[in-house]
Amino acid sequence: METVWFMIVAVMVAAYVVLDGFDLGAGVIYLAATKTADERRRIMRAIGPVWDGNEVWLLAAGGTLYFAFPLLYASSFSGFYLPLMMVLWLLMLRGIGIELRTHMHNPVWVGFFDVIFSVSSVLLCIFFGAALGNVVRGVPLRPDQYFFEPLWTNFRVGTENGILDWYTVLTGVIALVTLTTHGSLYVAVKTEDDLNARARKVAQWLWPVQLLLTVAGLIATVAIRPGVLDNYKHHAVGFAIPVLVFGALAVMMHGMIKRADKIAFVASGVYIVGMLVGAAFGLYPIVLPASTDPALNLTIYNTAAGSHGLSVGLAWWSLGMVLALGYFFVLFRMFRGKVRLEGQGY
Amino acid sequence: MDSALLIHRLHFAFTVTFHYLFPQLTMGLAPLIVVLKTLGLRRNDERYNQAASFWGRIFGINFVIGVVTGIPMEFQFGTNWSHFSRFAGGVIGQTLAMEGMFAFFLESAFLGLFLYGEKRLSPRAHWFSAVAVFLGSWLSGFFIVATDAWMQHPVGYIKAADGSVQLSSFWALVLNPWAWWQYAHNMSGAVITGAFVMASVGAFYLLWGKFLEFGRIFVRTGVAAGLIFSVLQLFPTGDGQGRLIAQHQPVTLAAMEALFATQPGAPLVLIGQPNVDDKKIDNPLIIPNALSFLTYRAWKAEVKGLNAFPEDEWPTSIALLYYSYHIMVGLGTLFIAIMVVAAFLLWRGKLFESRWILWALLLALPFPYIANTAGWITAEIGRQPWLVYLLMRTADGYSKTVSAGNGMFTLLGFMGMYTVLAILFLFLVRREIEHGPDEGQATERLPKGSLTRAELEPAALAGASHRRED
Ligand code: HDD
Ligand code: HEM
Ligand code: HEM
Repeated sequence: METVWFMIVAVMVAAYVVLDGFDLGAGVIYLAATKTADERRRIMRAIGPVWDGNEVWLLAAGGTLYFAFPLLYASSFSGFYLPLMMVLWLLMLRGIGIELRTHMHNPVWVGFFDVIFSVSSVLLCIFFGAALGNVVRGVPLRPDQYFFEPLWTNFRVGTENGILDWYTVLTGVIALVTLTTHGSLYVAVKTEDDLNARARKVAQWLWPVQLLLTVAGLIATVAIRPGVLDNYKHHAVGFAIPVLVFGALAVMMHGMIKRADKIAFVASGVYIVGMLVGAAFGLYPIVLPASTDPALNLTIYNTAAGSHGLSVGLAWWSLGMVLALGYFFVLFRMFRGKVRLEGQGY
Repeated sequence: MDSALLIHRLHFAFTVTFHYLFPQLTMGLAPLIVVLKTLGLRRNDERYNQAASFWGRIFGINFVIGVVTGIPMEFQFGTNWSHFSRFAGGVIGQTLAMEGMFAFFLESAFLGLFLYGEKRLSPRAHWFSAVAVFLGSWLSGFFIVATDAWMQHPVGYIKAADGSVQLSSFWALVLNPWAWWQYAHNMSGAVITGAFVMASVGAFYLLWGKFLEFGRIFVRTGVAAGLIFSVLQLFPTGDGQGRLIAQHQPVTLAAMEALFATQPGAPLVLIGQPNVDDKKIDNPLIIPNALSFLTYRAWKAEVKGLNAFPEDEWPTSIALLYYSYHIMVGLGTLFIAIMVVAAFLLWRGKLFESRWILWALLLALPFPYIANTAGWITAEIGRQPWLVYLLMRTADGYSKTVSAGNGMFTLLGFMGMYTVLAILFLFLVRREIEHGPDEGQATERLPKGSLTRAELEPAALAGASHRRED
C-alpha cells in the first residue's frame, strides 16, 4: 500500500513539473525571446487559461503527500522552512503578475508585471531544481526525525548541509535549462511566424547544454550518493529509464530540426518524466535520505499514514483523478490550436 | 509564552484571517451570480447577463487574491505546525487532500471558462460553468471547514502506537455533526457578505445617480438574499453551533459569555467588559436567565461557569474571545434589522427612493467581513489551549525546529506582501465599480493614444468587457 502511494505521489509531482513546467519555462523566455508587446501577449494567451489549473497539481500533490506520508510532510516542510516560504512568495508574485497585468492598459503597469512574472518564473525553476537536489543528496536528519537546513553553509556536500551547495546549485541549473527548453517548445507549438521560429531557436541552442548537464548530473548524483544504483542493480529494467531519457533528448532534436514542434514538446515532457522517475526509482523506498546517518533515513514505511486511511483514500483518489483528467481534457481542447490575437480566438 | 509559539500562532492567525477575507466573497457571490445568470437565461434579458459578467469581473479579481493567499495556508501546516501535522495528518490529511482533488481542480478549470468563455460558449454552457464554479467553491469550503471541525470535535480516529492519531472511520469524519453545523453557519455567513456587497454597490449607484437600472437589480438581489441568510445565520445555524459548544466545550461557552461562576438561571450579558483578574464583568447590561434558556431551553437551568474548570483549561484570551463573540452576535442582530427594514420598503415599492436606507446599505459594506472574522476568532480562540480539542495542546503542535527569528522573518514578509495585495485589490475593484456594469461605456475610458492599438485588448476595442488578456 505504501508503495502504491509512493507511485501516486511521484506521478502527481511529475504531472506538476511537466504541466506547470511549460508555463514556467514560457515565463523564463517571456522577456528575452519577445520583441514586441504583441508577441508578449501571444505568450500570455498561450498560458493564461491553463496556468492556474497546472498549479493546482502542486497543491493536489502536496495534499496527497500530506495525506499519505504525514511525517514526511511535517519533517521536510519545517526543515526546508526558509526556501519554501520564498517559493510561496514567488508563486504569489507570479500569480498576480499573470492575472493582474492587463487590468490596466498603462505601459508602466504592464511593464512592471511583465518583469515580476518573468523574474519569478526564473527563480522558481531554480528553486524547484534545488529542492529536488536536496531530496536526492539528503538532509541532516536528527534522531527525532526532524531537521532544519540553513540556506547555505560551506557549499560542500557533507553532513553540515545547507540548502545550497555545489550539487543543489547544479540541479537548480539543470531544472532551469530543462524547463526553459520545455517552455520554449510549448511557445513554439502555440505560436506562428517569427515568435514560433525564435522560440524553437532558443530550444535548439539550449539542447546541447541540456545534454551536457544531464550527463554531468548523472555523474554527480552517482558520486555523492552511490546508493542510487542499488535498485538499478537489482532490477535491471531500471536501465530502461536512462535509455528513455536519452532517447527523448534525441527525439527532441529530431523534432526541432524537422520543425515538428509538437513532437519535440512531447519528447521534452517524456524527458522530464524520465528524469523524475529515474530519481524516484533510485531512492525508493527512501523518501528523504539522512546525510547524517543512513539509519535515520525517512522511508515510505516509517512515514506513512495508517493503513485504513490509505485504503479509503484509494477509492476517492481514483474518483478525483478521473474527474480531474476530464476537466483537463475539456480545458485543453477548448483552448487548443495556435493563439491568434485577432478576435476572440486563442 | 514561549516566543516561538507566539510567533507561529500569530503567523497562522494573520495569514488565515487575511485569506478568509477573499473566499467569503467568492463563496458568497458565486450563488448570487448563478441567480443572475439564471434570471438572464429564463427571462431572456440581457441586463441580467451584463450584471452577471460585472460581478464575474469582481469575482475574478477577488479569486486571484483568494488563490494566492490560500496556497501558503496549505503549506503552513507543514512549515509552522509540523508536530501537529505529524500527529493529526493521518486524519485531516484526508479532508485536505480531498479538497485539492475535488474542489480546486473543479474551480480552477471552470473559472477560466466562466470568465473568458462567454463569447465562445453557448448561453447554457456558460451558465453551467458558473454553476461549476459555485459548486467548486462550496466544496472547497466544506472540506476546509470539516478539517477545522475535526480539530474542534475529533471523531473517527484511533490512537496509533507512535502516539499519532489515525483514521478509523471515514464516514464519521465527513459526517461529523460539528462539521455540518459549522458549514451551514459559515456558508450562510459567506452569502451575507456577498449579499451586502452586492446591495452596497447597488445603493452606491442609486445614490450616485448612475447605472440606475443595474443599481436596482443589485439592491433587489442583495436585499432578498441578505434577508434570508441573516435570519438563517441566527436561527437555526448560530443557535445550533451554540448548543454544540454548550454540550462539547462548556468551558469555551463560559468564557465566550464571560460567565465566571456556575449558576442556575444564568444571565445573558449584552454589554460589559470582562475583568479576568477579579473574575467579574464591569459595567454589565444583562438579561436575567436568558443564557440558561438559550442553552438548555429552560429559564432556570444551571450553566457551568469558568470556576467549574481548572484554570489551565481556560481559553487563553478570554477578553478577546468574549468581544469577538459579542461583536459577531451584535452585528448579526444589526444585519437582520437592516435587511428587514429594507425588504419591507422593497415590498412597498419605496426602497429605491429611501435615501437613508440606501446609505445604511452602502455603509454596511465592511460589517459582514468584521462579523465573519470575529466569528472565526471566536471559534479558534475558544478552542485554546487545545489545538485538537482534548487531544493536543497548541503549545505541543508548532514546529520546534523553526526558531522565533525565522518565523518572525517570514511573518514580516507576509505582512509586506499582503499589504501590497490589499492595495492592488482595492484599487482594481474600485476601478471596476466606477466603470460600472454598462458595457457600452467600456470603450470610452480606455486611455487611447497612450498605447499602440495592438496593445489594447481587441475585445475591449470591440466594446466588450474582457479587459484581460488570455
Ligand atoms: C456574517 C457573519 C456572522 C454573523 C452575523 C454571525 N456569525 Fe456566528 N460565526 C460566523 C459568522 C457569523 C463564522 C465566521 O462563520 C463562524 C466562525 C466558525 C464558523 O463556523 O462560523 C461563526 C461561529 C459561531 C459560533 C461558534 C464559535 C465556536 O466554534 O467556538 C457560534 C456559537 C455562533 N457563530 C453563533 C452566532 C449567533 C448566535 C449569531 C447571531 C446572530 C451569529 N453567530 C452571527
Ligand atoms: C478563515 C477563518 C479562520 C480564521 C479567521 C482563523 C483564525 C485563527 C486564529 C486567530 C488563530 C490563532 C489562535 C491562537 O493561537 O490563539 C488560529 C489558529 C489556528 N487555526 Fe484558525 N482560523 C480560521 C480557519 C481555520 C481553519 C479552516 C483551520 C483548519 C483547517 C484552522 C486551523 C488553525 C490552526 C492549525 C491554528 C494554529 C494553532 C492554534 O493557534 O490554535 N483555522 N486561527
Ligand atoms: C474558513 C476557512 C476557509 C475557507 C472557507 C476557505 C475557502 C476557500 C475557497 C472558497 C477558496 C477558493 C479561492 C478563493 O476563494 O478565492 C480557497 C482557496 C484556497 N484555500 Fe482557503 N479557505 C479557508 C481557510 C483555508 C485554510 C486554513 C487553508 C489551509 C489549508 C486554505 C487553503 C486554501 C488554498 C491552498 C487555496 C487555493 C486553491 C486554488 O488554487 O484554487 N484555506 N479557500
